[in-house]
Amino acid sequence: MAKSALLKSSLGKKYWMALTGLFLCLFLVGHLAGNLQLIFGTDLQFNQYAYFMTSNPAVKILSYLTYFSILFHAVDGIMLTIQNKKARPVGYVKNNAAANSTWQSRNMAVLGTLLLVFIATHMVNFWAKMHFSEMPLQQQTVSQPIPMTNEKIDVVVYNTTTGSFIAQQQVEGGEFEVRNNKEFYIKGSDIKFAEGYKDLYKITVDFFKDPSYGLVFTLFYVFSMAVLAFHLLHGFASAFQSLGANNPKYNGLIKGLGKLFAIIVPLLFAIIPIYIHFIK
Amino acid sequence: MNLTLKIWRQKNAKDKGQMVDYKIGGIEPDMSFLEMLDVLNNELVEKGDDPVAFDHDCREGICGMCSLFINGEAHGPDRGITTCQLHMRKFKDGDTIYIEPFRAKAFPVIKDLVVDRSSFDRIQHAGGFISVNTSGNTQDANNIPIKKHDADRAFDAATCIGCGACVASCKNSSAMLFVSAKVSQFALLPQGRVEATERVLNMVEAMDQEGFGNCTNTGACEVECPKGISLENIARMNREYLAASIK
Ligand code: HEM
Ligand code: SF4
Ligand code: FES
Repeated sequence: MAKSALLKSSLGKKYWMALTGLFLCLFLVGHLAGNLQLIFGTDLQFNQYAYFMTSNPAVKILSYLTYFSILFHAVDGIMLTIQNKKARPVGYVKNNAAANSTWQSRNMAVLGTLLLVFIATHMVNFWAKMHFSEMPLQQQTVSQPIPMTNEKIDVVVYNTTTGSFIAQQQVEGGEFEVRNNKEFYIKGSDIKFAEGYKDLYKITVDFFKDPSYGLVFTLFYVFSMAVLAFHLLHGFASAFQSLGANNPKYNGLIKGLGKLFAIIVPLLFAIIPIYIHFIK
Repeated sequence: MNLTLKIWRQKNAKDKGQMVDYKIGGIEPDMSFLEMLDVLNNELVEKGDDPVAFDHDCREGICGMCSLFINGEAHGPDRGITTCQLHMRKFKDGDTIYIEPFRAKAFPVIKDLVVDRSSFDRIQHAGGFISVNTSGNTQDANNIPIKKHDADRAFDAATCIGCGACVASCKNSSAMLFVSAKVSQFALLPQGRVEATERVLNMVEAMDQEGFGNCTNTGACEVECPKGISLENIARMNREYLAASIK
């Protein structure tokens, strides 16, 4: 159809805004489920989740979709906002906008830009460390019986993705060596026999408990989740309208679900740094 | 009632324009807002000043000509009415009232409070019609059975008077409510389905070309629309456009 412009037209841009926005809502659910292990799981479980997120091929595809969605959503959103500003070159002297619309609906671009700043900061804080920098590997202390006695001795071991343990002494003692930040090799050979878990758990806990910046970042993360809440308070239901789903029978349901989602998801996210900083 | 009016004065399309203060007395609560402006203009003419130019025609809420952004809202603080239906009893003695033209790039000011809304006409020309034979043997419209539910919704959409309050209220100066009303009034009826695909594509294209902004679903238009045109129409247009785009 010659006239249709699914990318260029005002309506087309809105479909993409809504689709990427809703996909990001799905991403939030997955991300939250994993992160909650910082509170409800063990350090090993959290690190296993982090390992899964960086190595599973299906997750890889989803994560590329997420990067793409964030970029597309942000660029499209900012372009739309610039166009919208241009559509009223001379503004009103007195405009009582609060009489006919919610604050969050009028400030989606400001909220979104703050989210973009948060996402960038967050990725530098954790994602970049996980992907690109040297990280400690997950360790655990196990008590082992000393043969032929009734006594036990505490041994520090590395957990590996095969479920086995490698004693720290064996690595320090030169039997094994670690390459590529996480792979265990028999020293001096090409024989890789296990992979360790990067200890993202420790990095995260240390980050929010840091004596110099832990509190600042805890507050910044909580503030950003409030921003997310307002973005979703308008965005969730708005996306359905953009996609043409408006039926008086279901509008109440969509609006209600949107409000619940917009409050519960950011709240649970926000509890994590609070819990780590103040309680853990 | 004694009032202070702050009114946008602009000599012509090129002039920069500014707000000018006027004091006015002897206003009755039962006067309409436009009658209050008539009183002001009589005084201005008597003093030899240029009267304030504002749009109006029917003065009974059906033509859509009267515009005005009053105290920060299109058609003033009341709901479901045009400016000609706004009464001075909505204001109090001693009030200051801001009166500005509808603002949008696609609605340029001609003079004072009068704006050029012909961009709406051009959108209508792009598809806001059906092609029927009117050469004398016209079919009776009632020959085609139509569900009451659909007929009612089409009629609701057709009550749009093209006033432009939706554009004026929208923070994005989006014309979506107007265009969606015009798309919906036909999309819901069998006579309109025939050209539905071209209609929605052409009207949206015309809307974008006129320089209106993009809808962000703030819902301001629906609240300020004098005819209560629903956001459902915008969602319907979004569906129609999507369906037409992939056809
Ligand atoms: C996790 C992150 C995010 C989620 C879940 C999210 C979700 C959403 C949703 C569901 C909408 C409604 C779409 C619609 O009305 O059709 C929306 C709108 C919007 N978002 Fe986001 N968003 C996120 C991040 C961002 C970022 C980083 C920006 C950067 C600028 C942004 C800017 C906007 C803007 C400007 C709108 C309004 C656009 C419009 O309605 O036309 N968002 N967002
Ligand atoms: S949709 Fe409502 S506000 Fe917009 S032009 Fe029609 S009647 Fe006026
Ligand atoms: S003058 Fe006709 S609607 Fe107000």
